[in-house]
Amino acid sequence: MSTEGVDTSRRRFLTLATTGMGVVGGAAVVWPFLASLKPSAKAQAAGAPVTVDLSAVEPGQKLSVTWRGKAVWVVRRTPEMVASLDKVTAELTDPESKSSLQPDYVKGAGRSIKPDVLVTIGNCTHLGCIPTYRPEHPAPDIHPHWEGGFFCPCHGSKFDLAGRVYKGSPAPVNLVIPPHRFASDLSVVIGEDQA
Amino acid sequence: MAIVPNPYKTTGFLGWIDDRFPLTKLWKDHLTEYYAPKNFNFWYYFGSLALLVLVNQLITGIVLTMHYKPGAETAFDSVEYIMRDVPWGNVIRYMHSTGASAFFIVVFLHMYRGLLYGSYRKPRELIWVFGALIFLVLMAEAFCGYVLPWGNMSYWGAQVIISLFGTIPVIGPDMVIWIQGDYSPADATLNRLFSLHVIALPFVLVGLVVAHLIALHEVGSNNPDGVEIKKHKDKATGIPLDGIPFHPYYTVKDIVGVTVFLMVFCAIIFWAPDGGGYFLEKPNFTPASAINTPPHITPAWYFGSFYAILRATPPLLGSALPGVIAMFGAVLVIFFVPWLDRSPVKSIRYKGPLFKIALALFTLAFIALSYYGMQPPSATGTLISRIGMAVYFLFFFLMPVYTKMDSYKTEPERVTHEAH
Repeated sequence: MSTEGVDTSRRRFLTLATTGMGVVGGAAVVWPFLASLKPSAKAQAAGAPVTVDLSAVEPGQKLSVTWRGKAVWVVRRTPEMVASLDKVTAELTDPESKSSLQPDYVKGAGRSIKPDVLVTIGNCTHLGCIPTYRPEHPAPDIHPHWEGGFFCPCHGSKFDLAGRVYKGSPAPVNLVIPPHRFASDLSVVIGEDQA
Repeated sequence: MAIVPNPYKTTGFLGWIDDRFPLTKLWKDHLTEYYAPKNFNFWYYFGSLALLVLVNQLITGIVLTMHYKPGAETAFDSVEYIMRDVPWGNVIRYMHSTGASAFFIVVFLHMYRGLLYGSYRKPRELIWVFGALIFLVLMAEAFCGYVLPWGNMSYWGAQVIISLFGTIPVIGPDMVIWIQGDYSPADATLNRLFSLHVIALPFVLVGLVVAHLIALHEVGSNNPDGVEIKKHKDKATGIPLDGIPFHPYYTVKDIVGVTVFLMVFCAIIFWAPDGGGYFLEKPNFTPASAINTPPHITPAWYFGSFYAILRATPPLLGSALPGVIAMFGAVLVIFFVPWLDRSPVKSIRYKGPLFKIALALFTLAFIALSYYGMQPPSATGTLISRIGMAVYFLFFFLMPVYTKMDSYKTEPERVTHEAH
């Protein structure tokens, strides 16, 4: 190949500049493809946070809503129910919820932001069945020291009114607390974190 | 412009092609004039069998894709439709599902052959690396395919495997949502795994197989003695004295292997297509359900060893990340074998007792891990898995030490072979 009369430094600059722009362009084109894999507008809408109006829930009552395909329970605990939580500590596998899943802002035995409102995912941590709400007590058919809670009909896991699992249950850990926040005193948003 | 005549002096239609495309050259280079060592044994069937299974997967896969409907609402029913209503659909699906297990059986044995005879040693390191890449892609391909029927084990298997990425610090949870395209395994997840399974991964797989074979044919095959047949060539022809043309010698030999393989393969398809619950797991005959977990979630049998390593690794600071690293590490370490073996000889025939003991322990560990990876978690299972995992990794990590310390016998100059 003849390079006679060729300005090689000019040619080298043009080659580098063209290649450089090509690489930048190529890299930029990757973005739409990667971004297209994110949840679509439809999936995002279906997974949007759910707002629960607590004024419709009587103290002692449980409300079940669906968030991201899962059952989420909202229980308004009476002062008596809150007081019962400390009575069962000795019966529990993980009373302080050290190996269970919950957001950092959920504190104490009650596993809640406010003591009177429990928000928990309603799938048993054993195999995902839906436990039943059994607030009445005593209930010797469930447990000799039953103070109210949730009983899983599938394999007999027992949880207290904070979703904490009783010893001897097949479920290994407490019920999962989803992210949630209070928009006002009587309105809780499931799926958004408390600031 | 005048054509330069091809060097094979072919005429007629073949000559016309050879002047324009290296057909005769390819045929000769890769078949009739590819000289393979004459002392191949039983272990050398598994390469050609892997190719056979690959073709089986491609053909049955193309037909299945014509009837299968990806999508959370349609997938399970379309698989049942294939099984019940499509003429021969059940046989074709069983060929594909049994083919997946068969693929791993022949690939495991093919890799084991490499360990026995040092087939990864210089100058065959790249053949081994391409092979390890094939293994990695094959695992991804098998996982995607496993999810497609959208049975309950498909669903929960996808859940467990994708959530492994959630253990990555900082970006993990967002990455899981990105991979799934939703907040739990859903329609979007199934469709992207379908795309990977039928387009992207098969392309990569076939490309890697071609690279594997090009590298093999560049340097020539190893053999049970681990000596180079190219050291002794016929002075006149330049053909290795211990080499025989791949075609017809090994093509015909491989037909015997293919026949025996197909007898077993067909017997499974006809009489035990679920492989006793190992090839097709029972919970996968019920549709995916987000609220009903199978009694215990087990991986397909060929992932058992890696799953056992995942489960046996203790969590660190409440994170399962060490287990995930160990599991991927168990696959990645395979890539480095060519540089870990420091023995002066290649084949186990001339290696000393240390290597033989190490390989025997590794074999036992791999089988034990595969077994306990499929069992429900138990204290005994965890203990044995931890021992197995230690042996698995030490086999590789200590390889530079024990292969160097080990005694060895002198290799023969030529391959050992008795004509018959």
